[in-house]
Amino acid sequence: MPEIKELVKDLADKHGRNRESLLPILQGIVTEERFISDVAMAEVARELDMSAALVYGTATFYSFLDTEPRGKYVIRLCKTITCDMKGKRQILKIIEDLLKINVGETTKDKNFTLLETNCLGWCHKGPAMLINDEAFTELDEDKVTEIIGDYMRNV
Amino acid sequence: MANTVKLKIDGIDVSVEAGKTVLDAAKKLNIHIPTLCYHEDLCVAGNCRVCVVEQEGVKNLVASCAMPAQDGMVIHTNTHKVRNARRHVVELLLSEHNADCTKCYKNTRCELQDLAGEMVINEHMFLDLVPDKNYTIDKLSPSIIKDDSKCIRCQRCVRTCQELQHVSALGVAYKGDEMKISTFFEHSMYEVVCTNCGQCVIRCPTGALIEKNYLDEVWDAIYDEDKHVIVQTAPATRIALGEDLGMEAGSIVTGKMAAALRRLGFDSVLDTDFSADLTIMEEGTELLTRLKRALVDKDPTVKLPMTTSCSPGWIKFIEHMYPEYLENVSTCKSPQQMFGALAKTYYAQKKGIDPSKIVSVSIMPCTAKKFEANRPEMHDSGYQDVDLGLTTRELAVMIKQAGINFKELPDEKFDSIMGQSSGAAVIFGATGGVMEAALRTAYEIVTGREVPFENLRITPVRGMEGVKEATVKIENVLPEWSFLEGVELKTVVAHGLTNANKVMQAVKNGTADWHFIEIMACPGGCLGGGGQPIPTTPEIRKKRAEAIYREDEGMAIRKSHENPEIQQIYKEFLGEPLSDKSHWLLHTHYQKRKRV
Amino acid sequence: MPNKKLKRVDIIFSEDCVYKDVLTDGLKKSNEAILKEILDSGLRGRGGAGFPTGLKWKFTSQETEEEKYVVCNADEGEPGTFKDREILTRVPLKVFGGMAICAKVIGAKHGYIYLRGEYQFLRADLDKAIEEFHAYLKEIGFDFQIHILMGSGAYICGEESALFESMEGKRGEPRNKPPYPTISGFRNKPTVINNVETLVYAFMICRIGAGKFQELGTTDSRGSKVFSISGDTPIAGIYELELGMLLEDFVEEFGDGDTKAVQVGGASGFCVPRKKFKDTIIGFEGVPTGGSMMLFNSSRSMYNVLKNYVEFFEEESCGQCTPCRVGCQQLKKGIEAIKKGEKSAHYLDTLQKLADTMKVTSKCGLGQSVANSFSSIVDNFKEEMIY
Repeated sequence: MPEIKELVKDLADKHGRNRESLLPILQGIVTEERFISDVAMAEVARELDMSAALVYGTATFYSFLDTEPRGKYVIRLCKTITCDMKGKRQILKIIEDLLKINVGETTKDKNFTLLETNCLGWCHKGPAMLINDEAFTELDEDKVTEIIGDYMRNV
Repeated sequence: MANTVKLKIDGIDVSVEAGKTVLDAAKKLNIHIPTLCYHEDLCVAGNCRVCVVEQEGVKNLVASCAMPAQDGMVIHTNTHKVRNARRHVVELLLSEHNADCTKCYKNTRCELQDLAGEMVINEHMFLDLVPDKNYTIDKLSPSIIKDDSKCIRCQRCVRTCQELQHVSALGVAYKGDEMKISTFFEHSMYEVVCTNCGQCVIRCPTGALIEKNYLDEVWDAIYDEDKHVIVQTAPATRIALGEDLGMEAGSIVTGKMAAALRRLGFDSVLDTDFSADLTIMEEGTELLTRLKRALVDKDPTVKLPMTTSCSPGWIKFIEHMYPEYLENVSTCKSPQQMFGALAKTYYAQKKGIDPSKIVSVSIMPCTAKKFEANRPEMHDSGYQDVDLGLTTRELAVMIKQAGINFKELPDEKFDSIMGQSSGAAVIFGATGGVMEAALRTAYEIVTGREVPFENLRITPVRGMEGVKEATVKIENVLPEWSFLEGVELKTVVAHGLTNANKVMQAVKNGTADWHFIEIMACPGGCLGGGGQPIPTTPEIRKKRAEAIYREDEGMAIRKSHENPEIQQIYKEFLGEPLSDKSHWLLHTHYQKRKRV
Repeated sequence: MPNKKLKRVDIIFSEDCVYKDVLTDGLKKSNEAILKEILDSGLRGRGGAGFPTGLKWKFTSQETEEEKYVVCNADEGEPGTFKDREILTRVPLKVFGGMAICAKVIGAKHGYIYLRGEYQFLRADLDKAIEEFHAYLKEIGFDFQIHILMGSGAYICGEESALFESMEGKRGEPRNKPPYPTISGFRNKPTVINNVETLVYAFMICRIGAGKFQELGTTDSRGSKVFSISGDTPIAGIYELELGMLLEDFVEEFGDGDTKAVQVGGASGFCVPRKKFKDTIIGFEGVPTGGSMMLFNSSRSMYNVLKNYVEFFEEESCGQCTPCRVGCQQLKKGIEAIKKGEKSAHYLDTLQKLADTMKVTSKCGLGQSVANSFSSIVDNFKEEMIY
């Protein structure tokens, strides 16, 4: 808890304490914590002297500003039709099997969350996914197994 | 006029001021364009799209509420394209809406229902989306019920809570098909910064935000032979109740209301105006005492400015937002709660009734009063001081349920004791009224003379301006008040919590030197309260205010300290203002609350 | 209408261009001269809507407010579009150059790049490039600063007024228009908002001249444009092509020999079936596109394609206006119900009418353009929707 307070204060010092600072601060929390808890959000509201409901409303608008706990690594697999045509569904199945979770879930060890997302902008190299901020493209069975395997070994 | 624009709507030429919208221009021509998200008190949202019209030369339809009127515009409000589009929009809203109208509290009082009725929608065009939605109903608050299944996402409530009240307990959350109106983390309204003011309730077009009603509880009490059911009616109810019963805004219905309450079966029909007068005695004395401590005793701990405490929405606001100023709030209970504490003590004694048999009901222009009545500290009589708080609207429902022809009722009087009041009490219902009533009494106590305003009309504190300042110079005082000689009493009045916030910011920044602050949570004061008849508009509030001041001037007694029942209660029961007994029954304390 | 043959062009990424020289020359010109050049070139916005760029700049330059802004819309989110990522990766300094020249013309001291959250990985390199750019501006004494603001996963923020809301720390909900950004944009100040690609073209027009640019393309669609080509094509990728080509030629070049339909302009664009390839011009006089070209061969179900699109809109609608929020849900549920046989084929007509209503009543371009793909796919592949 004190760490969150500290983090929010640091972010507010860095980005400012007006409404325009809200998104950068929320993004900063996600970078550190992978999600924004109710405690963190209340703290942001306090620092920015604004309504907590409006902080919540803003956070929930943006897909990347998760408001429920996420794993250390958030995998976002592109679900646009072009990635789908290049075998996205098989890739999803492989990741689900590797991590033993369904899409939308987080592994028990809190290391991985698997999500689907809208167009990632790699349609010519589908299927594509983000792991946190890093993009991986032209996924096939071998490639995705290797990538996920690497992450699993290195957590 | 230089700043006029000329346009044509449905073939008729019209000129409006620049900056007005197409909707405004249509209104000027008496052309009705249906609206849902639009509300006169709020900024334009333009999101329901019911008010679309056709503009010549423009491919898409335009939202008339959001489109500025421009020179040369040619508008059509009733074309095939427009009617089809509006029909689709209403059908879409219905498909997302729990349209089980007969089970809805707002049945027959719903703007969406009215619109569907106008369009003669017999069968739904689109698929019912409700079964797939995970709608929730929040019933935890004693004041307000939030039912998401009725919500059409017009955001009137969100704008009200933000623009008028500076609270933003409600916001818009999520996007796309999941977009909804939500509190912080979807907590209950009971657990968040909500002040229970009910301004959202009186602007919600559907049954998504309603008051929690206690109709059955009141009827049960009335029918219970064993109970002595008493009722008190707040100042602002008597100038608004008629609106829900077929009368014009601004009708004074004090006498009819008393008659109706008697016919409903209340055992004693009493008046909150009595305890409003009592509030003036207590609060006025408290102010003078604080001033003395500050000016004579030079006591550094005395808290000034002092603020009023009648408005429970304001109390909850300051508890959440400015807890460091709670000691500046008058310790006086609100008139409702003073009445409640006395009903089960003074009244019970005088009437020889066992207080445990008394059911104390209040009729209030307010939803926050429900919360206030349920505050755990409000048990000074040894019982819950006020058992059931009803809104003006609920009373209207009861009158209809009982088959009473309200308009034709004779005027009757309140019962005694605790039924007599002054004009000073009735103006509690308007912004500035408590200040005016307090000044009428305090000035006279201190100087022995009436306030120096024609016919006691203290006009600087009247009217609908958001923040009103007034200074009263106190001169030629009576000997015991010599410390006030020459003092300029500085006062400020604010209504609507956004204005209250401005006042508190000034206090916080040290840019103000007021002694006494009146704050009412609702725009216009209680006459615009969240429990008043729907709709509310600036025009309606103005008419209600005029009625209040008319009622004041029609009263035989215009000053609280001249109310004989007030003089009687001090003589027989309380002793004097701020006595031990007063402190026990008529004063309270506040608590700091979280700001989420 | 005369069409152009398919022709590859090399303007955006051309390497024989030293940005410093173009910038220095550009900044030396008078505002009137630059405006004239951009107006003469016929350049129209490359984000998809196609508003004449010169007019945007001109209107904003005429506003008398002290504070003005230039905003680069890098919230590329239209399914099938990835050109802005490529441009920002390969020629970021040209983008900044376009912003600086625009800033000179309108009188702005600050420029903002709104970069979609999905492209966070570009951030470090962009920051470095901005540093270099700022150093050069300092050297030549031009007072202008570029800042990056990040999105966080919301397609609607590509809509210009939603983008401003997001930049101001709010939910990305489109505003009522008018007023338009040239009068009231970011912080309610006059603002030019241009797509990444538009800014580079504006910059390059300062180098090659309006004449050279408008030799390319057609009357309504001057110049060239960067296309993002994906789907059933052996050579998916980024191509800069002259505007005004026939879709037939395009498919000839990029198709896999079995192309049954091309979705021009992404999920909010139009589906063109094989039989219309030879009559369809790619450009503002025909079918416009922000760059997305998705090819589908005969193995693909157009029902799946449409369902993917409406699901996308259902999620990415901001949700504030009725026709878009509820309409998208109805379109999705409606086609599912028809496919399952729960609703008769006639219900497709109801849905088509609903899509038309969404087009004319929605508050912003998102809701207004859902009908584009919906109607064009349903019209052309009705059987696939039903059976």
